[in-house]
Amino acid sequence: MWEYTDKVREHFLNPRNVGEVENPDGVAEVGSIACGDALKLSFKLDENKRIREAKFKTFGCASAIASSSALTEMIKGMTLEEARKVTNQDIAAYLGGLPQEKMHCSVMGKEALEKAIENYQGAPAKEPGAQIICECFGVTDREIERAVRENNLATVEEVTNYTKAGGGCGNCHDAIRQIIERVRAENKPAAAPKLTNIQKIKRIEEALEREIRPSLKHDGGDIELIDVVGNRVIVAVRGACAACKASDITLKHFVEAKLRDLVSPDLIIEEVAP
Amino acid sequence: MKTVYLDNNATTQVAPEVLEAMLPYFHDLYGNPSSMHSFGGQVARKIREAREQVAALIGATPDEIIFTSCGTESDNAAIRSSLATYPERRHIVTSRVEHPAVKSLCANLAGQGYRITELPVDKNGILDMEQFAGSLTPDTAVVSLMWANNETGVIFPVEKAAELARERGIPFHTDAVQSTGKIPINLQKSAIDMLSFSGHKLHAPKGIGVLYIRKGTRFSPFLIGGHQEKGRRGGTENTPSIVGLGKACELAARDMDAENTTVKRLRDRLESALLTRIPKCRVNGDIQQRLPNTTNISFEFVEGEGILLLMNEYGICASSGSACTSGSLQPSHVLRAMGVPFTMAHGSIRFSLSIYNTEEEIDFVIEKLPPIIERLRSMSPYWTSVAQACVSA
Repeated sequence: MWEYTDKVREHFLNPRNVGEVENPDGVAEVGSIACGDALKLSFKLDENKRIREAKFKTFGCASAIASSSALTEMIKGMTLEEARKVTNQDIAAYLGGLPQEKMHCSVMGKEALEKAIENYQGAPAKEPGAQIICECFGVTDREIERAVRENNLATVEEVTNYTKAGGGCGNCHDAIRQIIERVRAENKPAAAPKLTNIQKIKRIEEALEREIRPSLKHDGGDIELIDVVGNRVIVAVRGACAACKASDITLKHFVEAKLRDLVSPDLIIEEVAP
Repeated sequence: MKTVYLDNNATTQVAPEVLEAMLPYFHDLYGNPSSMHSFGGQVARKIREAREQVAALIGATPDEIIFTSCGTESDNAAIRSSLATYPERRHIVTSRVEHPAVKSLCANLAGQGYRITELPVDKNGILDMEQFAGSLTPDTAVVSLMWANNETGVIFPVEKAAELARERGIPFHTDAVQSTGKIPINLQKSAIDMLSFSGHKLHAPKGIGVLYIRKGTRFSPFLIGGHQEKGRRGGTENTPSIVGLGKACELAARDMDAENTTVKRLRDRLESALLTRIPKCRVNGDIQQRLPNTTNISFEFVEGEGILLLMNEYGICASSGSACTSGSLQPSHVLRAMGVPFTMAHGSIRFSLSIYNTEEEIDFVIEKLPPIIERLRSMSPYWTSVAQACVSA
């Protein structure tokens, strides 16, 4: 059995603000029945543009219902500016905490709130350029990035607890791992200063020479820098690597990861056509 | 608050007679059955008796019974023994709806290079026997199919399947954890080579299991140690539990009729009342080929954990196949294998009864559950006017 706090139990047994606001100013639906939880949030503003009424309908477990109930209580009386600042951690904290495996319930609340505000303000419902990473639960790279950033997540398992991404077939675990690395690299205090092209090429050369080539040579392979176009690092593989079926993986997981770590997190490695 | 326990496929209460039989073996008769003194020797005699009681329940001979620590150990021992005794074979046949004790083991073995065939089931949870026959190859080291499913109670025709395996010289194992004590089993008349079951599902304590190995079946021990269980399973005997299990098997044989009449009647009463009183629900699994004590009902548009926690407020205990309760994020693999739609799978509840349940308890659940479902549906964004219109239509 899950270890729910008394506050979670109480909000589950006596949920506040169940239903739908009539003639809402903002409304949003997140989640899906396939995913196992879904939340429909609606709110109405008063004459001072503060949230006068907020209601929810939730399909999901006890913590999903409690998170929705808590959210509606929290945002009442807030301006949209204030409401926008409510994080999933605030929701969890309001409930005295949620089990790690249930943190995605608080994230769902935060997402619904954000989308309902966007709905009121007429902003695009879909984040531009967002890409589905987890097919099983329909989670985008943006959602994962944000969960990683706001909750300082470090492992795939944590990402699954917060967003559900990776909780199904597991095919996206590598992609999630890359997002984690990318976001955590951004957070490093010594943010890489913008490099000139010459500096960039020089540092790539150095990284290849010092950090990458020795490992490849150990296995009888080698790598050659052909060109750098913007953030695209074009390389050719030589020796044993040229004949190796796994060289794609080596390039992506080892060479690209190293270059991103040492030079710039935006680099993309590309192999010249053979 | 009184507990209404309808979760007997998870575990059962130790029968009072079983507890009584066990008690002397903790404090008074604590000797080691292997000892060369009559203080220990009297315990060995009692274990022999228990072995006979166990064998009698499943139509085996006492020397075909090995005591283990649980169903999972028995499953692991059986499957690994076949792999060890047929080292040239690299293929295992099983189903998609097995208990994790078999399913996870097979997944693990797949990582070690074994080829696993997981047979599908149809929407009622039934195995296609033709497909089963077609999956058997000269490379197949073992077949492992559950006798009855823990979530739906659906019964596989394991006796028929075992015959097909025997014709091809393939050892056949069945996980009979849910069926033992609930439906008659006679291994003498079957081609099943290995069978696992567990004490705590039939009113014996947790921590005791059985592995049946047919005489003449090749066997390689899982736990290697002393000469206990004729060297087939090392480790000092769990005397109190073995004695308790013997008693429980005797009681199960005695209560087999009640299980299939009284318990079945209560189950059917619960099931039909809920189906009548609650719109948009249905039974998962074949309603004929099924254990007499189990019903798995899906309540559409609500989520199982909420149902369980609201029932918990009344002391009613059951289980769910929903994602939120499974500890993973997807609903039960059994319901998914049956192709139960997500709207149904997340709201599935398993009620599993025992001979200790009463009519009053069943009526209590029939009274309390409809408002619980209604309450959760009123909160559900999917319980829209459309869904309700479908109901009244």
